[in-house]
Amino acid sequence: MNELAVIIASTLNAGTALALAALGLLINERSGIVNLGAEGMMLVAAIAGFATGVQTGSDSLAFVAGAATGAFMALCFGVMVIWLNTNQYATGLALSLFGTGFSAFVGVKYTQEKLSERHGFKLPVLGDLPFVGPAFFRQHPMVYIAVALAVALGWFLYRSRRGLVLRAIGESPESAHALGYPVRRIRLLAVVTGGALCGLAGAYLSVVYTPLWVEGMVAGRGWIALALTTFATWRPARVLFGAYLFGGVTMLQFFLQGEGVQIASQWLTMLPYVATIVVLVLMSRKPEFIRINMPASLGKPFFPGS
Amino acid sequence: MFRLEARPEPSRLMSVLSPVFAVAITLLVGVALFSILGKDPLDGLFVFFVEPVKTAYGLSELAVKATPLVLIALGLAVCFRSNIWNIGAEGQFILGAIFGGGVAIHATETSNKLVVVLILLAGMLGGMVWAGVVAVLRDRFHTSEILVSLMLVYVADMLLSYLVYGPWKDPNGYNFPQSITFASTTQIPKLIAGYRTDIGVLVALALVGVFWVFVFRTYAGFQLQVGGLAPAAARYAGFSARRAMWTALLVSGGMAGLAGALEVAGPLGQLTPYVPAGYGFAAIIVAFVGRLHPVGIVLSATLMSMFYIGGELAQSRLGLPKSVTGVFQGLLLFALLACDTLVTYRVRFTRTRAARAGAPLVGAEAVKSEGGTG
Repeated sequence: MNELAVIIASTLNAGTALALAALGLLINERSGIVNLGAEGMMLVAAIAGFATGVQTGSDSLAFVAGAATGAFMALCFGVMVIWLNTNQYATGLALSLFGTGFSAFVGVKYTQEKLSERHGFKLPVLGDLPFVGPAFFRQHPMVYIAVALAVALGWFLYRSRRGLVLRAIGESPESAHALGYPVRRIRLLAVVTGGALCGLAGAYLSVVYTPLWVEGMVAGRGWIALALTTFATWRPARVLFGAYLFGGVTMLQFFLQGEGVQIASQWLTMLPYVATIVVLVLMSRKPEFIRINMPASLGKPFFPGS
Repeated sequence: MFRLEARPEPSRLMSVLSPVFAVAITLLVGVALFSILGKDPLDGLFVFFVEPVKTAYGLSELAVKATPLVLIALGLAVCFRSNIWNIGAEGQFILGAIFGGGVAIHATETSNKLVVVLILLAGMLGGMVWAGVVAVLRDRFHTSEILVSLMLVYVADMLLSYLVYGPWKDPNGYNFPQSITFASTTQIPKLIAGYRTDIGVLVALALVGVFWVFVFRTYAGFQLQVGGLAPAAARYAGFSARRAMWTALLVSGGMAGLAGALEVAGPLGQLTPYVPAGYGFAAIIVAFVGRLHPVGIVLSATLMSMFYIGGELAQSRLGLPKSVTGVFQGLLLFALLACDTLVTYRVRFTRTRAARAGAPLVGAEAVKSEGGTG
């Protein structure tokens, strides 16, 4: 019973970084833009957050630094993709490659650093409940923020006028442009918001999840988050579900090792990546199914007046 | 202020100049970076661009690092030209190293010299298998080749790690995660005694020629490119998109695998967890900066190889982290993509808003509603 509570708690913890990043990517993909730079943004934000955490000792400032870093990198990406009309895939890839190199470069000084000991978090009353308490209510606040964000995003996309505009731009930027919406500015806003959330996810990894800085520590989570948006057919609630599913797969390796299962650790480390491929295969099997849900202009450039 | 205006057709001049501009921008940022870090920028440039070509040893090292980059980038150029986004060449490189290395550890000092050929063929097969997985999944299940090929990099990395920590670990290697040192018969023949450069350089240069012929002078190469530029036209002409996809992925996988086998049987001589050195990712930049053209790829691979060697020297001479290489690589691709805008668009400097009020309504409307002035 207690063991199960620990598994649930660690799954939520592991899934949160994925959820934050994937929800961010969902926003910019809803506006029709794919940002393959998620991995790079998360890495640079991870070191920015960690460095801020070490210097100031404040978690909140670390998260702000991470989000700001992600937003700034996404801004550079957005200006190039939206105004200079560069190829989205190539530019995102450039962001990821740059982020990998840059984070390793600035992170060298921080590989030996440690963050101050943090105390456990616990919600009053709820945290004291048997089983449910340790499983759900003794998490870092960011875990609940991710859940709230998914709910808020669901409301925004399907129940608010601005969300409708965002979706319209993702479906047909030409029509939205003809209606007088500032397509490019809204797209940029969506991209920057997505970057900020990826940055938050990166900072969560280095400040709360590990909490350490190791070169390349995001370990493909940015790419898995990209796959999650497809898996979730661009719906916030399903993104959250998918993120916890993958969090669970990540935790499975530690659980199996703890249980003394005789298998080389490499096979277990492989699990999340193989699971991503399997999930992509299952989801993409029927192209019609993906196409119904996918923002129609996803990945396509929009350049008014050409 | 200025705005961008589509050119009637892409500028050939700009298409050649854009990589030059990109390198210049990267250099400027590099100089700024060195200054900020309190290093003499001239020392920095010297370490990156003069030191590697000063001695025969330096030139040989330059070739050692440029060879895998050229090989992988040639394959990727075929992929990118046919609009297949294989970004997992690093994984295909690792599989090539595993397959090639698998043959090499079974060779003995008395093996026939031709075992080298077998190693290289095995490497190609390994890369093709890994890229083949991407092709099968894309063909049968319509999965994104971007995400699948990238995920397979992590899987390949773990596979290599499993082998060198497990079944292929050298029993007399003091428990280090590494395979036995391969028998001398598996060694790729050196080009010049005393230097690390081997005949891999010649293989790469020969393949540059082969690729030029394939891309620009064969019907299959033409079909691939039409499919990449205008899928609808290719369909109308009856060119098979499936065959193009398979060809592109298998060719690029095979090339990356070949590079991996050349690397383990050449400069490395054994399998370790440090076989993947990022060549697969750097080659993406090499392919783009080289304009997806075989000759351009040779030039950009040489430049990228300088970045690698310069990064190592910067660590020992200037006390900068080696990862400065990655920073420059990423910057270069960024700068190139930005400069490439000039190939299809030209910059028009516009007057103030008041003066523009007299412009035709459609243009003014488009500019206003988009804030399209910058």
